[in-house]
Amino acid sequence: MSRRFAGAGRVVRRRLLVAVPILVLTSIGMFALGAASPIDPAKQYAGSAAFTANPEVLAQIRANWGVDDPLPVQYLRWIGNLLRGDLGWSTSRHEPVASVIAARAGWTLLVVSLALAIVLLASLLLGALAAYRRNGIFDRTLRAAAYAVEAMPVFWIGLASIAVFALALGWLPAGGLTDVTASGTGFGDVAHHLVLPVLVLAISQAPWFVLFVRDGVADSLRDDHVLAARARGLPGRTILFGHALRTALLPFLTLIGTHLPELVGGAILVETVFSLPGLGGVTVQAALGSDFPLLAAITLLTTAAVLTANLATDLAYAAADPRIRLDA
Amino acid sequence: MIRRVPAVLVACALALAACSTSPTTSGAAASADRTFVVATAGEPDTLNPVLNYGVDGASLIFDGLVARDAGNALVPGLAAALPTVSPDGKTVTATLRDGIAFHDGSPLTSADVVFTYQAILDPKVDSVIRSDLEMLASVTAPDPKTVVFTLKYAYAPFLQRLALGIVPAAALQGTDVNQADFNRKPIGTGPYKVESWTPGDKLVLAANDTYFGGKPANAKVVVAFVADDNVRAQRMRAGEFDAAELAPKLAAGFDSVGGYQVHRVDSADYRGVMLPMGNPVTGDLAVRKALNAAVDRTAMIGGVLGGAGEPAYGPVPPTSEFAEPAAAGRPAADAVAATAALDAGGWAAGGDGIRAKGGQRAAFTLMYPATDSLRKELALAVTADAKKVGIEIKPEGLTWDAIDTRISQDALLMGFGTPYDPDFTSYKLFSSQFAGQGYFNPGHYKSPVVDKALQDGRDLADPAARKAAYSSFQKQLATDLPWLFLAYLKHTYVVKDAVNGVQPRVEAHEHDVANSIWWNINTWKRK
Repeated sequence: MSRRFAGAGRVVRRRLLVAVPILVLTSIGMFALGAASPIDPAKQYAGSAAFTANPEVLAQIRANWGVDDPLPVQYLRWIGNLLRGDLGWSTSRHEPVASVIAARAGWTLLVVSLALAIVLLASLLLGALAAYRRNGIFDRTLRAAAYAVEAMPVFWIGLASIAVFALALGWLPAGGLTDVTASGTGFGDVAHHLVLPVLVLAISQAPWFVLFVRDGVADSLRDDHVLAARARGLPGRTILFGHALRTALLPFLTLIGTHLPELVGGAILVETVFSLPGLGGVTVQAALGSDFPLLAAITLLTTAAVLTANLATDLAYAAADPRIRLDA
Repeated sequence: MIRRVPAVLVACALALAACSTSPTTSGAAASADRTFVVATAGEPDTLNPVLNYGVDGASLIFDGLVARDAGNALVPGLAAALPTVSPDGKTVTATLRDGIAFHDGSPLTSADVVFTYQAILDPKVDSVIRSDLEMLASVTAPDPKTVVFTLKYAYAPFLQRLALGIVPAAALQGTDVNQADFNRKPIGTGPYKVESWTPGDKLVLAANDTYFGGKPANAKVVVAFVADDNVRAQRMRAGEFDAAELAPKLAAGFDSVGGYQVHRVDSADYRGVMLPMGNPVTGDLAVRKALNAAVDRTAMIGGVLGGAGEPAYGPVPPTSEFAEPAAAGRPAADAVAATAALDAGGWAAGGDGIRAKGGQRAAFTLMYPATDSLRKELALAVTADAKKVGIEIKPEGLTWDAIDTRISQDALLMGFGTPYDPDFTSYKLFSSQFAGQGYFNPGHYKSPVVDKALQDGRDLADPAARKAAYSSFQKQLATDLPWLFLAYLKHTYVVKDAVNGVQPRVEAHEHDVANSIWWNINTWKRK
């Protein structure tokens, strides 16, 4: 085990070194895109008052913000503030970027990670079972359901689940993070409110994973080492989970890494449908309002998350496949 | 190893859940019957009146020197009586009520009023309402009870601008108002104190038992922010809210449901087509007359607005005391009149069914903001109606940035309107001196009669003289037709039958926490 991770430290250090230029390039790209955007942040800030405010008032606000300065000046100012730990002021949210993210990132992360955990558990279990009795009733039902769900938009699943579980049955709340009259975020209250959004996100993301596991396991059930295990007379459960699933898992790990952005995209829609105060809504608002400080911070955060996920995937790959050597 | 991965993830997620949730209770169920929950899509960006929160009063958290009653008439607010105006109209004096305190217990003095207005005038403060106070030269406090506003010129509706909420100077003095914590956790004098605000989720307000207007009839108000119309309707149906603003067609679904009442509240918010004078087609009065006769306002209100609207013929709403009935037209389409106007103007029927005059086809582009589905549907309705009389319209959905560059040549579906005074938006929208200045008079409409009427309406203090001036303004607009006015929107709300005390009043375009149907929620009770 420890030999497998020999060189892991070096890999992490190398990835960190690569991450710095990637993050710098991403942020420069952000600013360049922003410069190309014709949207006037002062008008967005003013909202409908933009139509009744004198043009000089809006010009004064732009001057206060320095958004008419040349792009390199704005970029260097932003980098300078960033290095001093100041992420800047969100012009679309009217609060510091750091507090926007602090207040919201946790909820998005919570929803995404809970959904991911459920997707992983469910897809491994269901996919393997379906593959074990290929073309059986369970396999066919599962595949049909997976294709059907894949065809449903996330928001539609969300609204449908509200209609059934909140309106018709009254089991679960229709939205929000807590009861509207609650004074804090109690554990039970929040958990009660997150059941539907997390399940909806998990179900909407599951088909990919379930079908992938099912195909992978079905293929590896015909591999030589699995046939050999069968020939040795090992029990079916050991063969399925100990041999076939384990082989099929290697490409699956990569799938998780590449699927993360889509999961976040689904989370944005789910947050909207269930009125959850996560990062989803503010990202859209920041993009529409040319709110560069907030967009830049969210972009950097997402980039860092994807880089971390890739690194974690690679390390996990090394752990799962004895043929992979990190120090090679 | 691999089989443990999901377990590790679950553990991470649970740990996260534990960190993100504070151990406070979610109780408050005991006082549920004394709590009102309302829902809206419109979440304010800030709760500071200086930065444009509830500037027209009814902000629940703050009070202005004046307030508005159920008929939108001015009544004294923090001022003991309506402020007095000097004979030359340039000095306005207000005397504060005795014994008013902010939510933190500090007493209200005239220094707070001075600070509030000076903050708006300060160029360093990013206040978008500064142009509303451009007539204001200075504001001073000769003693702790008196505030004196000195104006650059006489401005008849100045008292209407004094509904703006007053902030405590001590809480903001010496800080950067743009980024003050106050903007999220404000201190006012109003019927409710801010208990908490979770942006994107809800605003929790607790009754201010020492409110000068009387102790609120309920203990708590929760404003839930639910951006999506369908979600808000579903949660209303699930019984979560006492009142919610809903799109007209969704609200209509509650008409037949027991236990709910649908309110269709008049507003001063109009939609119409701005017809630029520089365009060879819309610049021709005959075309504008034909369009005005050809549009079927009744059909638009029934179809596009789901019944929640009134036909519009001018920028002064029919609910206003300044409305001029003679300027009103016919709500249904009148193809005969439209055809007659085109014939008289020399626009002859062409081979392709579109009229033409001297080689110029009666065709023009009608822009609308692409994200506004209501304006899109209205633009399409105008297009269809115009086609019937031989005018070809090309509707084009654009972003505002694209619209800005073409606004002086192409027609645009716009919306404005305030119920409080006709001067407020009309002065800049129709005066020739504002021609081509951003969204003010982008069509370069110029009429000496309108210019004089708008100036008189602003200069003259006598209400009868003002009424005459705005009557002449509306009649001239109805003659020149620089806009094709279509409809006044109604704001639709669904309120539970059990709520007692709902008293809708004519609303402005802006209605969120402030100035919605719950403007008087401090008097709401349960039956």
